[in-house]
Amino acid sequence: MSSGVTDFEALLREALTPVDPPEDLTARMEVRLVSLTELAQEELESWELSAMRDPRNWVRPAAAVVIGAGAGTALVVLRVRSRHRTRKQQSSGPLELAHKTLQDIAVEARHILPNR
Amino acid sequence: MPTNKAELDARFSELYRQHVRDVYSYSYYRVGNHHDAEDLTEQTFLQAYRHFERALRESNGRPLRPWLIRIAHNLAANFYRDRSRKPESAIEDAGLISAPHTTEALVEGREELKAILEGVSHLPDDRREALIMRFALGMDNREIARALGRTDGATKVLLHRAIRQLEGMVSANGSEGSGG
Repeated sequence: MSSGVTDFEALLREALTPVDPPEDLTARMEVRLVSLTELAQEELESWELSAMRDPRNWVRPAAAVVIGAGAGTALVVLRVRSRHRTRKQQSSGPLELAHKTLQDIAVEARHILPNR
Repeated sequence: MPTNKAELDARFSELYRQHVRDVYSYSYYRVGNHHDAEDLTEQTFLQAYRHFERALRESNGRPLRPWLIRIAHNLAANFYRDRSRKPESAIEDAGLISAPHTTEALVEGREELKAILEGVSHLPDDRREALIMRFALGMDNREIARALGRTDGATKVLLHRAIRQLEGMVSANGSEGSGG
């Protein structure tokens, strides 16, 4: 291997440095997964829940060091629930309803949690 | 193999902690911005969670990072197909979105690094992916081969050609720049 190749690969390594995720990524993910699970139990009935098991069981330990996610979760659920009837009226079936619900969760999680 | 749900979930939490940075880095370099990288990371782990038990069973003790990156790779392909678009911006423009760490900050003032990032974004998909896996994630040939579904030999050739092509692109741009 020539030194030119070595130099270029060193530059490449420097340019493609690993990118740290936002510090609150896990907290936001927890909010979204918890909200999804709770909403799914209420309005999506059997929508893939059995296949997914309960994502709260792994994301909560992963996010255990994050403070304040619980309050954020409650707020997201509250706000997403408040639009349930509208989503249902606008949806042609359970899949579309699921899709709209997920979109709402994502939007609310971004509004409520910081750095987004 | 974990024998119950609690053990399985604990293993998955550990997998998440170990590899969230890898998945996020890969996603960021694929989609070019933090917003979509976060969505892609989340979808990757959700999908991985659904198939985790089978993946553990079939891995025979091998590392699961290539499997995770393969999921992100497939989701990223769907991401573009669903939206009928390629990344909206080159990687260096993504720093406009607030984030605790950006590649742009690191390469600021380093024209050669900017040129490399620009070149990477113009490589064919498979070459770009191989470079991201090697240099951003530090994966070896075998891991990359598993993530891309190729042989070790084909992966070695792919990486070699990717580096040569990128070097040629950067060199050509440098010549144009210096020539006025």
